[in-house]
Amino acid sequence: MQYLLLIYSNEAEYNARPQAEVAQTMAEYGTFTQGIVQNGNFKGGERLRPISSATTVRVRNGKTMTTDGPFAETREQLGGFYMIEAKNLDEATAIAAKCPGARFGSIEVRPIWVMGPNNSYAD
Amino acid sequence: MRTNTSRIETVFRVEAGRVLATLIRLVGDFEYAEDAMQEAFAAALTQWSQTAIPDNPRAWLVNVARHKVIDRIRRQTSFQNKYRELEAEASLNSHPAPDEIDDAALDDDMLRLIFTCCHPALNIDAQVALTLRAVCSLPTEAVARAFLVSEETMAQRLVRAKNKIRTAGIPYETPEPGQLADRIDGVLAVIYLVFTEGYAPTTGTAALRADISSEAIRLARLLNTLMPATPAIQGLLALLLLHDARRAARTTLDGELILLEHQDRALWNAAQIEEGAALVERALGAKGIPSVYAVQAAIAALHGKAESFAATDWAQIVGLYEVLLKLQPSPVVALNHAAAVSMLDGPAKALNLVDSLAARETLNGYHLLPAVRADLLRRLDRRDEAREAYRAALALVRLEPERRFLEKRLAELG
Repeated sequence: MQYLLLIYSNEAEYNARPQAEVAQTMAEYGTFTQGIVQNGNFKGGERLRPISSATTVRVRNGKTMTTDGPFAETREQLGGFYMIEAKNLDEATAIAAKCPGARFGSIEVRPIWVMGPNNSYAD
Repeated sequence: MRTNTSRIETVFRVEAGRVLATLIRLVGDFEYAEDAMQEAFAAALTQWSQTAIPDNPRAWLVNVARHKVIDRIRRQTSFQNKYRELEAEASLNSHPAPDEIDDAALDDDMLRLIFTCCHPALNIDAQVALTLRAVCSLPTEAVARAFLVSEETMAQRLVRAKNKIRTAGIPYETPEPGQLADRIDGVLAVIYLVFTEGYAPTTGTAALRADISSEAIRLARLLNTLMPATPAIQGLLALLLLHDARRAARTTLDGELILLEHQDRALWNAAQIEEGAALVERALGAKGIPSVYAVQAAIAALHGKAESFAATDWAQIVGLYEVLLKLQPSPVVALNHAAAVSMLDGPAKALNLVDSLAARETLNGYHLLPAVRADLLRRLDRRDEAREAYRAALALVRLEPERRFLEKRLAELG
């Protein structure tokens, strides 16, 4: 199965950390990414720019409304993601637990809904 | 030869858990397996009543149910479920028909079912409900009653849980060694919840609901058989047996609570106390840090073995509560510790502990804090303060028999 790991953490707290700590986390992310690439779990993944760069778009009654900021103001913000291949939820959560972000933020694990025949999403 | 229906239904009750457990592995789909098992039961009811119950009813039921799933896949034409059915078909093909199902494989399947129902990706209520329904084979209606919700609400909750198992990819497997200890703890927490809901339901009028508690004991026994010599499991089974052994002495015929102090010890189930105490010894004899269940069970075993309330080994009980406070520092444990201290060192010393506990305010709203305080003040003959504490406890208590008990104590103070 494929899963999306959504990495949430508190941006303000993350940015306030000392330089050395940030460098350490970056190195840990490097190791983590390399590890899941080697194990064949990695399908993709990127870091996102801060929510100050986010724009939210809604179309209501044919009218496009564009607002500054993320979809919802929350204590922790989406900061990046990995797309992984795992044999089941246990493997996916074990990988999520190794992601450095799990120690200071939260990782939401969501299964990918694979499109079925006739472009349908069967349950 | 004709077989009567109730004998057949007994077979179903005994076999349902294991039949379902194996079917889910073969079909790879919880709901399809459940539907097929119901169909197999219906077929068995017709066929067995005209002939006889087969020598291996479990294998008969699994094989018939397996064919019911294959029929279903062949009949199915709609596109909506096609994917799911193709997956079920692939799963069936990868598991050839078991001609002779051996008991070891069935035990493995039963463990898979238990770990899947108690998976931490399901919320705890769903874990308990699914375990009662699928592992204990309680009817949905009975599970609903245990949760004090309507049958419809419970049915929906079960469907949601099964959907999550399927769509999130919760594996039908015994956890890997690295996760096993944590996952066993999760299963034990579910069993303990089932037990406490039957032993001391948080709301409602009946103080004891024996049927739900005995399901918990059955589950703990089953787990102890499937994973022998696991100290945490032994500890929990011991705890449940020791608590349950006092069941007959805990209430009067009209449902009033009887405190440990006033219980008729002749009514305790001595054989069950022996069994529990032996398990505690094995659990505590194992290497490593003891589980909280084993320590609690050791306390219950000391009570169970005591000739009388006065002759209880309070020094050892206080010591065990101190161990428990280290393993699981919680205000509720601290309150129990204080109650035991009152028996060893007198109510004045215990009152100090309770008052400092009250000052921390973590037990605000918990009726047993003022109730224990009231009892200590009563024993110190500080009657006005005791009355006040009983009133505070009465304002918080939710269970009817406990309320009546507190009212009685308050009235006795005049």
